[in-house]
Amino acid sequence: MTDQPLLVAEGLSKNYGARIGCRDVCLAVHPGEVLAVVGESGSGKSTLLGLLSTELTPDAGRVSYRMRDGRLADLSTLGPAERRLLMRTDWGFVRQSPEAGLRMAVSAGGNVGERLMAVGWRHYGDIRAEALDWLARVEIAADRIDDDPRAFSGGMRQRLQIARNLVTRPRLVFMDEPTGGLDVSVQARLLDLVRSLVAELGLAVVIVTHDLAVARLLSHRMVVMRHGRVIETGLTDQVLDDPREAYTQLLVSSVLAA
Amino acid sequence: MSAAPTGAMPAITYNFAYLDEQTKRMIRRAILKAIAIPGYQVPFAAREMPMPYGWGTGGVQVTAAVLGPDDVLKVIDQGADDTTNAVAIRGFFEKTAGVATTTATREATIIQTRHRIPETALSEEQILVYQVPIPEPLRFLEPRETETRALHALAEYGLMHVKLYEDIARHGHIATTYAYPVEVAGRYVMDPSPIPKFDNPKMDDCPALQLFGAGREKRIYAIPPYTSVRSLDFDDHPFRVQRFDKPCALCGAEGVYLDEVILDDRGGRMFVCSDTDHCEGRQAEGHVGEMGVAGGSPSPRPSSPRGEGVAGGTPHLSPRGGGRPVGAGEGASGAEKLP
Repeated sequence: MTDQPLLVAEGLSKNYGARIGCRDVCLAVHPGEVLAVVGESGSGKSTLLGLLSTELTPDAGRVSYRMRDGRLADLSTLGPAERRLLMRTDWGFVRQSPEAGLRMAVSAGGNVGERLMAVGWRHYGDIRAEALDWLARVEIAADRIDDDPRAFSGGMRQRLQIARNLVTRPRLVFMDEPTGGLDVSVQARLLDLVRSLVAELGLAVVIVTHDLAVARLLSHRMVVMRHGRVIETGLTDQVLDDPREAYTQLLVSSVLAA
Repeated sequence: MSAAPTGAMPAITYNFAYLDEQTKRMIRRAILKAIAIPGYQVPFAAREMPMPYGWGTGGVQVTAAVLGPDDVLKVIDQGADDTTNAVAIRGFFEKTAGVATTTATREATIIQTRHRIPETALSEEQILVYQVPIPEPLRFLEPRETETRALHALAEYGLMHVKLYEDIARHGHIATTYAYPVEVAGRYVMDPSPIPKFDNPKMDDCPALQLFGAGREKRIYAIPPYTSVRSLDFDDHPFRVQRFDKPCALCGAEGVYLDEVILDDRGGRMFVCSDTDHCEGRQAEGHVGEMGVAGGSPSPRPSSPRGEGVAGGTPHLSPRGGGRPVGAGEGASGAEKLP
């Protein structure tokens, strides 16, 4: 981790008509850091992720990102071409539903190779070799490379989505409930995989989850949201073991012990 | 521009080339814009035409807009002048514009085509008008029109290569044989309409103006004369056209696109030029293929596979002979030999 933040949000607000999506959120993500955003359903987690990843436009506030050349750029000032380039090279977005993040009618190899072709790879053999390498990293057998994701289990689809996002070596990955809808043993394997990839590649991750166990396992720092506001931030174990706010205490005490 | 059809005055009189002058102006504006931005799909207010969608409503409107009284029109469908679609559209303009028509590629000033580019090289004096069913090359990869427009605007064409990647992954080679995507003037990726990829190289640096009209989708696009047209490919899987084992059975031509014609129900088949004008021209010059008839006059085409009831002078004409010939580009064909 360095002193210079990778992503900075200042005073982010977003309303849906009279309803508050997200209000006055400030946060910073440093290189190599995993930040968990937790809170109950409707607390504004996904809105915040949408704002950070420029999929939503904030009503107030701004998001800045440190480009590869070291300058901190206000994302709202980037043109659409530059923003899209950023999204498919320097960023990844792992969605809750793999159907939303994958091309279901395209083979696993094509899914992983798409970003490479988008940045100008024009050698089939190289693309295929890179795809095979990434499938191996996410523990998908090489002989499944030409199967399309419809033939994959939920856990495999999610791992494929991760490979598809990481193939261009992004520096920042957004994850929206990546383990939602998976059974516990598959969840555990996926979390293990994500944790090792994050450590290996030095990724910065913003992960949205309602599952405090996921936050504890993956994240270094966490942000607790309620009613669109950030009510508590801190190191993950500090927040989880010694919650300060009443709501966080409630959240932590609501976890069922197995 | 408005001139009554020549000959006996029919009960209905049409404006020259069917469309009213305001409509033709609107289409010409779209055409000019399309020529100014090669490969870019220009929306236009396509009219209802007296033919069903899929039969060339877009091409007919483009032809009507560029047609003048002195033009000589040729219409081909799958390379042939004698198919239903070609005969009907030729008759349409004979009736509504009174222009001269021809089947000879060299004599024509405007050639409306479906699925082929003539074998005879085109000249600067000619305009080639394509009938286009689906103008958007990214359509089956990205269903959202808003998104495909953004992809074109930002020249993000990685997706097009995903399609080619899938071809190689599944078939071992690029199996797309028609409507093969091209990059025009180094910028826009374009669907060349369902011509066989055999014809793609003819579009590159072509002296003739090439116009594309899609009636149902209401789009016009163009390739100006002498514009670079590059077929997309991979470095290690370069673009290649189809090759055929045998020459044309009637005229012996090599290096042309052939149609497969089934002769009987015992496996008999022949491969003949898809471009009928080219084939007849060669036969008139005395070229004879292995199943052709020597002696000047063109041998009757073995069919009417093209649906137009050509006098059936060929023995062993199977009942299936009445169907459409199988273009090697569009289906399984024994003639297609891929690398």
